[in-house]
Amino acid sequence: MRPAYSVIFLTTATGAGYGLLALLGVLRAMDSLPDQRAFGFFALGLALALISTGLLASAAHLGRPERAWRAFSQWRSSWLSREGVLAVAGYGPAALFAFAWLILQRNDGLWPLAGLAAAALSMATVYSTAMIYRSLAAIPRWHHPLVTPVYLILALATGAMWLNEVLAPFVTNHGGHALTQAICFAAVAAAWLLKIAYWRAIDGATGAGSAASAIGLGGLKGLEKVRPLDPPHVQDNYLLKEMGFTIARKHAAKLRRLTHLTAFLLPLILIVIQATASGPLSLLAAALAAVSMSFGVVIERWLFFAEAQHKVMLYYGAENI
Amino acid sequence: MTSLPKEAPAKRLGLVIDLDTCVGCHACAVSCKEWNTTGYHAPLPDSDPYGKDVDGVWLNRVHGYETNLGAGQGTDNGGRTVYFPGSCLHCEEAPCVTVCPTGASYKRTEDGIVLVDEDICIGCKLCSWACPYGAREFDSDGGVMKKCTLCIDRIYNENLEEVDRQPACVSACPAKARHFGDFNDPESAVSRLTADRGGVELMPELGLKPTNRYLPPRPAATMGDGASLDDAPAAGGFLGWIDRALSR
Repeated sequence: MRPAYSVIFLTTATGAGYGLLALLGVLRAMDSLPDQRAFGFFALGLALALISTGLLASAAHLGRPERAWRAFSQWRSSWLSREGVLAVAGYGPAALFAFAWLILQRNDGLWPLAGLAAAALSMATVYSTAMIYRSLAAIPRWHHPLVTPVYLILALATGAMWLNEVLAPFVTNHGGHALTQAICFAAVAAAWLLKIAYWRAIDGATGAGSAASAIGLGGLKGLEKVRPLDPPHVQDNYLLKEMGFTIARKHAAKLRRLTHLTAFLLPLILIVIQATASGPLSLLAAALAAVSMSFGVVIERWLFFAEAQHKVMLYYGAENI
Repeated sequence: MTSLPKEAPAKRLGLVIDLDTCVGCHACAVSCKEWNTTGYHAPLPDSDPYGKDVDGVWLNRVHGYETNLGAGQGTDNGGRTVYFPGSCLHCEEAPCVTVCPTGASYKRTEDGIVLVDEDICIGCKLCSWACPYGAREFDSDGGVMKKCTLCIDRIYNENLEEVDRQPACVSACPAKARHFGDFNDPESAVSRLTADRGGVELMPELGLKPTNRYLPPRPAATMGDGASLDDAPAAGGFLGWIDRALSR
């Protein structure tokens, strides 16, 4: 599948934003975060900026962006529509949460519920995003049970990294915030394991579809070879441009190594450095960890598209998908 | 509404395509393009049509494949070319319909035809991702998705002679390899052809229940070995006289 930059930005930016918002909602309800207005302003501001720019970028992918409002109507059947509805619904509790924190400075009574509701809607939105891909049987590498867990845990992990980065200057010893660091470490490690499991699964799978079954010859006795002879057109058409994107195996392997390094290994090391060091080195480690992971997740998302094969390519010479 | 119809459609209109007799002439594809660029999906744009980078929207595309079918049988038979015209199969479990966020993509309850309402399509392309058959193509000029309509503006068009009330691709086929009808009617030509010739679904492993059926190629007729004429019985009359004269 062609990696569309607007969709890569949408899924990675909203993922980090929703992960951050969810952690803020839950951790503040547990009273585990500093109460300062400035911290709340930067943390919530970053979350909402990531979410909002990501959602706006998604409109760049549309052929008729002025009709985007129509996408809220089909939530009964469409995960894309559900994503839109949940994304908009999430702004309500997020606004209440921000109001309670930044204006009223309250975290008692029912106020924590606003943060918890924002957290729940955030995760539900990320789940819907993942289900858009997970539900497409025409693309077996997306139609895989590990796709949704990977999206969810990567959202949480990148959100945790940015929480850690925003939090670092506000905690007194500059060694960081032990609970946030523990969440970062656990989420990145879990995301790494799930991503490795996903890559192993898709590498080991041979598709059930063949060129023969695609053109209706699947049941014929003695059929061994189906090879394209005359393509429908001499130039690439929409299907080949959109669905026919392929990446050389050696490039994919290189990019996977880059993902292992920048999205998972470096952030884990940097979190440990941050926790053990103090002063400017600790702050620098927190910042580098967040930047490195975000960069790595963009590569990971690019690969998620580039390595996905669409069954329509069976008509254009692919053997098994 | 992009939920699929709850009840089975009253009619199941669709095509039977005969892979045995299709000669790969592209008349169906050209005729489809010609009709639809002025019909329901007008226009079906082309970009750089006479230049180096030709592109355009087609609702029907014809592929040619080399197969080993019949290889080694008869005289000097290295296999068989199979031509495959591909267009929307109007699936019962159409994934392109349920993924649509706007309701632009829908399946009609009266005849099972899957359509795009261009006036509300936002051009998100998700339906084209959901279709394993490549039946939907994006019109980058109009910013909307286009697909086969089974020529709804022909099959119900009372301004046309009754004989012409079928999809343009079916009318155009010079090999009579394309047939149109109602699969719910067991006596229709499409139902009988499917039953007699073992019509198949494409990618049955996906369970999308496509309406259109493809008829597999029949075993090729084998050529004689060229020697049998020597033993032919003597004919009478004029031909017999020629035979005797040439045999002298």
